[in-house]
Amino acid sequence: MSIGLATDDQALIEASRRIAEEVAGPNADDVDRNARFPREAVDAMREAGLLSVHVPTELGGAGASTEAVAAACFELGRRCGASAMVFAMHQIQIACLARHREEPFDDYLREVVGEQRLVASITSEVGTGGDMGSSVGCVTAPDNGIVTFEKQAPTISYGDYADSFLTTLRRTPDAEPNDQVLVLSHRDQMEMDPQSNWDPMGMRGTCSPGFVVRATIPAEQVMTTPFAAISDESMTPLSHIYWSHVWLGVATDAFDRARAFVKAAAKRKPGAPPPAATRLSELMSKLSLLRAEVQLALREFEEISAADRSRFHEMATILRFNNLKIAASEQAPIVCQGAMTVCGIMGYKNDTPFSVGRHLRDSMSACLMVANERIHKTDASLLLIAKGV
Amino acid sequence: MHVMKDRIRQVIKEHGHLSVDVDSLADDASLYQAGMTSHASVNVMIALEDSFDIEFLDSMLKRSVFESVDSIAEALGQVGVTA
Repeated sequence: MSIGLATDDQALIEASRRIAEEVAGPNADDVDRNARFPREAVDAMREAGLLSVHVPTELGGAGASTEAVAAACFELGRRCGASAMVFAMHQIQIACLARHREEPFDDYLREVVGEQRLVASITSEVGTGGDMGSSVGCVTAPDNGIVTFEKQAPTISYGDYADSFLTTLRRTPDAEPNDQVLVLSHRDQMEMDPQSNWDPMGMRGTCSPGFVVRATIPAEQVMTTPFAAISDESMTPLSHIYWSHVWLGVATDAFDRARAFVKAAAKRKPGAPPPAATRLSELMSKLSLLRAEVQLALREFEEISAADRSRFHEMATILRFNNLKIAASEQAPIVCQGAMTVCGIMGYKNDTPFSVGRHLRDSMSACLMVANERIHKTDASLLLIAKGV
Repeated sequence: MHVMKDRIRQVIKEHGHLSVDVDSLADDASLYQAGMTSHASVNVMIALEDSFDIEFLDSMLKRSVFESVDSIAEALGQVGVTA
């Protein structure tokens, strides 16, 4: 993965590997057990300047490549799925601001560098049926340059811990549900009323309860680029790429634990390979399919970004990155479950070196992060007309 | 040109599910801002292919190409439909 990376990209990958190993990994079980925010890992990311790697170099950031950030998602995912997912979701927000640069947001991007601000997204909304491409809440008409908004969000990942938020809203009170904009707001401009607890099956450290959010902000914090363009060119494909690298990381660690289990069994009884070795071999091919899809999609994303970003609006391209999400979110739990089959009771128990319960539970969240059912519905419609898929 | 745009408007009227009457919109007005959803836009594309007996290329199958009556007319021109 390291071929062709710039020095800064290499530094990012090395820092993420170190944080994964020394900070995220040792806290992963505690984060999971208590469904608490992985603050040690996020603090370590801040100290290493990882929260601003996607900020362009002329604004003081590292201008990191998608490939390097994806590799960091993978490295963190191998040690703590929740830390990796918080990192991934933050990077997606910064990437949207950096790839759709608007002058009024440059100062904010400099602040992200200087203060290592953590950014969350408020995209899901009660009453939209899970469709990110439509909103109920809207930006009010400016009054002396000030606008307000209110939104009922069923989940906001790390909502209690983020410094700033990017929220999808209808452009004006009269706008249609699909005429959306992306709005930046800071914690001190917002009221956030928690609406639910957070006690889920997996990815417990992402701390993603629901909130009713109200904000009062200067009108300049509303992006002018239509959200549909940001979503097609950046937010949707990048989400699928970074998330799937996290899931690949989780699945890879589950595989590594299964391999360690088989190796330990082989050492105890030298001679014939242990029965689980065959299962491990089967598992390797499943992991390899997942890795192939995740890495190929990343390469295609880089190629399209470099060649002609308007191609992201083509239905065939939208289908391609939707396929990545569906395939990776279905394959990752298969790999984790396979690892549990290899490790048996030692994998099922939560306190052995071969435990894969957390991996399996974390990977089960994948099919819900923008529900696969919703993506299939979109794809089914696009497939009626798209040709080369 | 008017005949072609009238046919386009007819297709939009039947399949676009706009929140306003398409005849109240200018040729360059955004159909999405008039409430056409992604799903409705796919139905518009299929109906256009059917009505004009053409096939859009994949490179044309994107949101901006079906943004307005004007942009649809331009796309049809590119696949050989004459006004």
